[in-house]
Amino acid sequence: MAKPMDQYTWKDLTVGNVVDEPGNSIEYHTGDWKSQRPQWNQEKCIRCGVCWNFCPDNAIEKRAGEFIVTAKDGRKIKYDHYFVADLEYCKGCGICAHECITGCIEMIEEVD
Amino acid sequence: MTNRIGMEVSLMVSEAVKLANVDVIAAYPITPQTHIVEHLSELVADGELDAEYICVESEHSAMSACAGSSAAGARTYTATASQGLQLMSEILYAVAPMRLPVVMTVANRTVSAPLTIWNDHSDIMANRDCGWIMIFVENGQEDFDQTICAFRIAEDRRVLLPVIVNMDGFILSHVIEPFEPVDQKTVDSFLPPFDPIYTMHPDRPVTMGAFTMPEIFTETKMAHDVALRESEAVIKEVWEEWGKLTGRHYTAVEEYMTDDAATVFVTIGSFSELGMEVVDAMRQKGVKVGLVKIRLFRPFPTEDILSALTKFKNVLVIERFLALGGVCGPLAEQIKAAMYKLKDTPNIVDFVCGLSGRDVPPEEFFGMYETAINAIKDGTVKEFYLWGVRE
Repeated sequence: MAKPMDQYTWKDLTVGNVVDEPGNSIEYHTGDWKSQRPQWNQEKCIRCGVCWNFCPDNAIEKRAGEFIVTAKDGRKIKYDHYFVADLEYCKGCGICAHECITGCIEMIEEVD
Repeated sequence: MTNRIGMEVSLMVSEAVKLANVDVIAAYPITPQTHIVEHLSELVADGELDAEYICVESEHSAMSACAGSSAAGARTYTATASQGLQLMSEILYAVAPMRLPVVMTVANRTVSAPLTIWNDHSDIMANRDCGWIMIFVENGQEDFDQTICAFRIAEDRRVLLPVIVNMDGFILSHVIEPFEPVDQKTVDSFLPPFDPIYTMHPDRPVTMGAFTMPEIFTETKMAHDVALRESEAVIKEVWEEWGKLTGRHYTAVEEYMTDDAATVFVTIGSFSELGMEVVDAMRQKGVKVGLVKIRLFRPFPTEDILSALTKFKNVLVIERFLALGGVCGPLAEQIKAAMYKLKDTPNIVDFVCGLSGRDVPPEEFFGMYETAINAIKDGTVKEFYLWGVRE
């Protein structure tokens, strides 16, 4: 939509309210109304991708970025990616945190 | 112009649909509409009409199939009655705001219970506000003409709304009447091919009937309501053109012998022809009555009704639907509401009669007239009279 929904007058609408721009749902940010959001502890995350796999809204992104994590035995482990939620689409359902193997995802209060 | 021939009114409708060269017919047989779709299936099977005939498993599916085919740009027709219309109800409310110009004949029949197959207007009045254009016809010729006009009205780009042509079940649908057919060339010149603004096509994908938030829903209803109201002008324009083409002129509200009348009957559907007979008979006895017939019910032609009815002292509304627990019948209710703001309103007396096809012979009209005039004189007019009920 070219402008926010609540600015349309009845005269602006297409005949039969047809949506004539395909794929414009990308402009509708379904994560606007969540009350919680996931937060990763990148030190504990082992990059297994379970959260990314289980997200029902495809709202977890795999991003490139270097992290060096110290393991229990003192080894340095180098990761070239990390996971983060796209907060415009994440609804805060908590499935990622529930499924996370290492417990590195914490659901925290969404505060404006 | 061809000669007059005799034909069952249902078959006349089928012939009109054939002349309109429809692309898709989705139908489920229900009494008293069955003959229409039966004859259409014959026409398609015999190769006389090149259309897709979809045998669906219910009326809900029939209207759903119509929605899909109309959205794909096909000229679409179906017919139903009674419970069938009620089963379609959900989809009726989808087709109109999606602006899909489906044309449907409703052979009006009482809605059960108790189970009955005969005629009254309980099916259509239950769906009167679903946003379709609604026309009521009084005889076979009108049914034939209005069926063709319905496609032209529905598909007009200024309208793009579905149309219901109402005919009284059995009283009209199953009688054989004389009528003048129209040749294919005339219909072709009158009815251009359906050229929708939006269609379901992979080359130009669109979404129809999408989810809507409260922030914009009221605006969508406003757009639909304005389109429906503004269709009145287009309907009249189409009727005028049809009149020039065939010599048969139609108006939203029709008057009969009203010039010097103090009292008029207001009728809808097949009561109108009977009403005219009654007016003739009463005038022979020296009673100056007239008749006002409502042909267009949605959009409600308020202006025309006011200019027609405010001329008279007494208005007797004759209708075929009992609004259970309501104030009066829907026709009288609409007329009363339209007149509410006026200073001098006529006496409006509402008669509900002919339920489930109960016979209303001309003598009954005399009775209603006497009852109304006496009640007006005594100042005891009730909100409505359920006429002919045994106390």
